[in-house]
Amino acid sequence: MADGIIVRDLNAWFGNAHVLHGIGVTIVPKAVTAVIGPSGCGKSTFIRCLNRMHEVVPGARVTGSVRVEGMDVYAPGIDPVQVRRKIGMVFQKPNPFPTMSVFDNVVAGLRLGGVRERSVLDEAAERALRQAALWDEVKDQLGKSGVSLSGGQQQRVCIARALAVEPEVLLMDEPCSALDPIATAKIEELILELRSTLTIVVVTHNMQQAARVSEATGFFLLGELVEFGVTRQLFTNPRDKRTEDYITGRFG
Amino acid sequence: MKPRTRRAVNLLMSWLAAAAAGLVVLPLLLIFGFLLWQGASAVNVDFFTHLPKPVGEVGGGMANAIVGTLILLVLAAVLGLPVGILGGLYLAESRDRRLPWLARFLADVLNGVPSIVIGIFAYTVIVLPMRRFSALAGAFALAVIMLPIVVRTSEELVRLVPASLREAALALGIPQWKVLLRVVLPTARAGIITGVMVAIARVAGETAPLLFTAFGNRFWHQGLDQPIAALPLQIFAYAIAPYDDWHRQAWAGALVLIGLVFVVSFAARLATSGRFTGVR
Repeated sequence: MADGIIVRDLNAWFGNAHVLHGIGVTIVPKAVTAVIGPSGCGKSTFIRCLNRMHEVVPGARVTGSVRVEGMDVYAPGIDPVQVRRKIGMVFQKPNPFPTMSVFDNVVAGLRLGGVRERSVLDEAAERALRQAALWDEVKDQLGKSGVSLSGGQQQRVCIARALAVEPEVLLMDEPCSALDPIATAKIEELILELRSTLTIVVVTHNMQQAARVSEATGFFLLGELVEFGVTRQLFTNPRDKRTEDYITGRFG
Repeated sequence: MKPRTRRAVNLLMSWLAAAAAGLVVLPLLLIFGFLLWQGASAVNVDFFTHLPKPVGEVGGGMANAIVGTLILLVLAAVLGLPVGILGGLYLAESRDRRLPWLARFLADVLNGVPSIVIGIFAYTVIVLPMRRFSALAGAFALAVIMLPIVVRTSEELVRLVPASLREAALALGIPQWKVLLRVVLPTARAGIITGVMVAIARVAGETAPLLFTAFGNRFWHQGLDQPIAALPLQIFAYAIAPYDDWHRQAWAGALVLIGLVFVVSFAARLATSGRFTGVR
């Protein structure tokens, strides 16, 4: 059943700007895949195409095919809502809902998806918060505002919120770029724990981070996927000159 | 610039700014003080509990007008707020360019239309077909006046909700309409309520559009299809009458009207300052 993510000839535009050029890649299930590259290279756009979040931006357009765990994401009859239920997403900046408590934030996806039973919500909240390694820190403050927590805790609330709906894939768009090193270490630890249950794609600016957490890495440059391969190999023995220049810090 | 001069200029400018701020508050304080001075003596239990006395008899109150104004405000809010808030949501969220632009422009024009003209409009579309003055017509006129204020403030406040929250909600697989109603609107709630209060305060004192819609009434509320008393109408009628007792009551009515607006605004603030609020 788990066949990961298969992307074929993916192109994306913002208005007239062609930002992704013919991306083709196969992402292994139940593993962590890192996406690296300089700012503006299209790596965020790439993962936003995987759960149909790219089209949320006015004027944005996508062509090509994406299959996520057997689902043809861009097939005509597919509702983006359906796609996004299966694919969780964590953003660059922690974005808990400010009008909701920690608990309400975590169960927001379930509750707004129509789940009413308190016991189901309680259970899902605890499970998701434990998965996000946050339960012990917030179990006595579930009624507090989501934005009253520290930045690192807020980001883990957001991860718990994404996990509560039990997605098969988790997309993370530079999840640590707004966090300090300690909070970053916690999130990385979390990623390593989650990979046994989920397919994870993490965009990062931090090459050490990519090396630490991922099995496979893709290097994007100017909207193209320059190189994709086993992380260790890509960092120690890149096939492409541009990859080598980037990881040795010669540009970007 | 020498440190001494710099400090002196800083002090001078700070005081100028403070004085300007004081000047802004001054008219309100003067009005309130003057109303207290003129009207407080006529505000008593009777004023809140009794109907107006017939001409020539001293005493009586404006209880019917107070109730009437409250009914008109609630009815106007029921008619105007849902349309105004959803309209604002549309203007803020629509990806279309032309229709929102036109709607925004027309809302601003409507905001500038003199309230008496809106009264004539309500007279033409409601009073004439119904063949009588009514609370409904008055509330309709007030709702039309509220509409542009509510639309524009709702729009501004919905725009202030960070895009990251919408994205977070959409990425959870929540349909867009639910994202708007359950995440975006609640986040903008506190600010929208402030806008709503401004709109209600604005129409609470409107007299002109009520003259030929709600018309006024010297008795208790008799149904929404009947003429209804309202504080501004009563104040107007009493202020231009030749009796000193009525003048005092008009002052008292004005004081109560301001007090009413104050209490409603304060209550709304209290109601929204509680749990986690979003943008203000």
